[in-house]
Amino acid sequence: MADLRANTGGIRSPNPFWLASAPPTNSGDQIKRAFDAGWGGAVWKTLGSPIQNVSSRFGALNFRGTRAVGFNNIELITDRPLEVNFREIVDVKKHYPDNAVIVSLMVETEEEWRDIIKRSIDAGADGLELNFGCPHGMCERGMGSAVGQEPKINERITSWAVGYSTVPVLVKLTPNVSDILPHGRAAQRGGAHGVSLINTIKSIIGVDIDRFVLEPRVAGLSTNGGYCGAAVKPIALHMVAQLARDHEFQLPISGIGGISNWRDAVEFLLLGSSSVQVCTEVMLRGYRVVEDMIEGLNTYMDEKGIANLDGLVGKAIPSYSEWGNLDLNYDTVAKINPSSCIGCQLCMVACMDGAHQCIHPNPDGTRVPFVDESECVGCNLCQIVCPVPGCITLEEVKDRLPPASWNDHVEHGAALREKKGVH
Amino acid sequence: MPDSSPSLPPDRSETVFEDFKPAYDEKQALVEANRCLYCFDAPCQTACPTHIDIAGFIRKIATGNTRGSAKTILDSNILGMSCARVCPVEVLCVGECVHNHQDVPPIAIGKLQRYATDKALEEGWQFFEAGAPTGKRVALIGGGPASLAAAHQLRRYGHGVTIFEARERLGGLNTNGVAPYKLRADDALAEVDYVLAIGGIEVQTGVAVGGPGGSSFADLERDYDAIFLGIGLGADSVMKVPGADLAGIHGAVAFIEAFKTGTVDLEGVTHAAVIGGGNTAVDCVRELLGLGVPCVQMVYRGDEAGMSGYEHEWDEAKIEGAQAVWRAMPLAFEGAGRVAGVRCAALDDQKKPTGREFTVPAALVLLAIGQSKLGALVAGLPGIALNNGRIVVDEGGATGRSRYYAGGDCANGGKEVVNAVAEGKAAANTIHHHLTNGRE
Repeated sequence: MADLRANTGGIRSPNPFWLASAPPTNSGDQIKRAFDAGWGGAVWKTLGSPIQNVSSRFGALNFRGTRAVGFNNIELITDRPLEVNFREIVDVKKHYPDNAVIVSLMVETEEEWRDIIKRSIDAGADGLELNFGCPHGMCERGMGSAVGQEPKINERITSWAVGYSTVPVLVKLTPNVSDILPHGRAAQRGGAHGVSLINTIKSIIGVDIDRFVLEPRVAGLSTNGGYCGAAVKPIALHMVAQLARDHEFQLPISGIGGISNWRDAVEFLLLGSSSVQVCTEVMLRGYRVVEDMIEGLNTYMDEKGIANLDGLVGKAIPSYSEWGNLDLNYDTVAKINPSSCIGCQLCMVACMDGAHQCIHPNPDGTRVPFVDESECVGCNLCQIVCPVPGCITLEEVKDRLPPASWNDHVEHGAALREKKGVH
Repeated sequence: MPDSSPSLPPDRSETVFEDFKPAYDEKQALVEANRCLYCFDAPCQTACPTHIDIAGFIRKIATGNTRGSAKTILDSNILGMSCARVCPVEVLCVGECVHNHQDVPPIAIGKLQRYATDKALEEGWQFFEAGAPTGKRVALIGGGPASLAAAHQLRRYGHGVTIFEARERLGGLNTNGVAPYKLRADDALAEVDYVLAIGGIEVQTGVAVGGPGGSSFADLERDYDAIFLGIGLGADSVMKVPGADLAGIHGAVAFIEAFKTGTVDLEGVTHAAVIGGGNTAVDCVRELLGLGVPCVQMVYRGDEAGMSGYEHEWDEAKIEGAQAVWRAMPLAFEGAGRVAGVRCAALDDQKKPTGREFTVPAALVLLAIGQSKLGALVAGLPGIALNNGRIVVDEGGATGRSRYYAGGDCANGGKEVVNAVAEGKAAANTIHHHLTNGRE
């Protein structure tokens, strides 16, 4: 059994799986059930001056019969009285002392920050998360992503919070910026103990094509919401990795964005997250999904001989480089295994219409397509569309030129191989 | 919509049957449609005699474009609704689905096609208009699937058409012969009306061409520019053995027509026998079980491996309680006035009598040993060649006699509805080519 204990900026939990600040962490009863199910930590639904929500709050992106590959919401922070939330935090910590309870906060003035931080810590919070990310509603009132998009304001409020807090402070970053680095560095300058990202992405999830109204529809109007769910994972992975490989940025990271299973979690860990936060998958499937997350991660680590999370965190970061450093002489070609090919020819039409026209009908008359390796650029599209796992592999061409990147070529005149697929 | 036929009695015997492949509702159709891989140059399409763009129509179901889906189907096969129900998809499109190669259940193409075409008929979606009148006229003899498909295609080209049907109702075997758990007669007639809704298809029913009161071929040659023969097959073959005239012995196709368009009385029949081993025999076994006969035995000369009926249908029949007497040759029908049993000789592997004889108890016997060929009806027309009773045609449906074309069972000897549709449509295209002197 691998040691799954996690520590992000001094916030410790029995495993790296935290519930993100969102509807699944709206109340003490919910969080107790989540901890019973196995969640290592929970970031309490953002506390602040309680708001009034709209009716109709969520929207989903469905694709080829799969529901909610993407998700968005126009819900705001807590709508429950602060004293009720604090009472429930006390109760949760009393019954679950080993699980991490992080309280998400969003208020405006320094006095309000000081007050709500004190009350949170008094209630037993193991850590705080400053919500500088919410891209809808609250930002119109000068909070949420309105803070996260301005590094100076981010730094100032972070320094207030760190000054008033006796527990670790995480800054939750918004992805609604052109470059994440200035914002992570601002949190660091403000003294934060860690960052969590990404918050949701500003989005319109869809349009009701019968009513000509955006979704989710509130009477005859709607507004942009926060995009999340499986579809946002690639954006989140990039932003997490951008920070993790930055030499100036040194804070621990709690990774968030489309994490639906243990595999997703491993990817976030490999790119530098020391814990992960989950919301959408729990909203779609319930707290019970954590059982497989824990077991899957454990089994994976045992099979890899990795004893603890330190053996995973950031281990893929060295592979993240610039395009100019990639080896232009590395050459792969697609191979189709005729014994597992089912003859759908999706690879052929994809290559002909969407790639480099190197897969053709087999001259022997069978439905196993023929790859013209002299033209194959190794783009992977055929493998991506193939419905049979393992049927198409991309294999490295031997006897090639020595490795040479674009930078090598420009700087030292390194020899590049002849281009393929430029017919 | 034109009323093609006299109404069917509401209490006819076939109404006891339910669909053996129930229709999909929307959610089921979407789940199944989204499983389709959308193959390129899809094998299912190649396997369909009418070459429906199956991957295309399934994708349209998945996107909610059901109207476009139905149009895609019906553009290739105007009888797509009945074909969706009656096609032996297991040996056609579904049998070729690539999912079979990875041991994943193949796409239920027939059920998806039914989903789209049922909707088209329910909603009355019409996709095709008659072409501008050409002044040419085509006579179609026989009102079954081949003629209906040909007539519709010819109307799209703008030619005038008249269907001559000897029975009271159009639809051919779809109306009179298809097993009711696949397609009921009222649905078949609804489809006929849907086909006729293109307009301009004249129909003459109840009078046989060449028969009393009917037009002669000479009349048709005088009044029409082309003649299509879609006359199907003739009466059930009979067995010339002792007792063949006892009551309770029927030809299979005639019996099926009787209970599809009217009622049959099976009161007191506890044992029935079906002679034959083909698809009609298997249908009859399942139909008699469905009509309430407790013990139905198929009597066949060969063994299970050698029967020509589809394996998947016989498997269904067995689940429904069918029994079989293999390697048995009827010698005589026994009984006083009414049949009581079939006296059989046991056969060996070479279908030679072993010398042993036995009696299969049966108060009802259906003979499903084939139908006569109707080629003789046109044998007197010089140029039309017959092969084993079938009308010989080329790939485009042309006979050896100028201006005569043929398709469906009378030309192919008895295949599926979808083959008749394909052949009728091909003949229509050939006729159009000839009527326009090859300009189109």
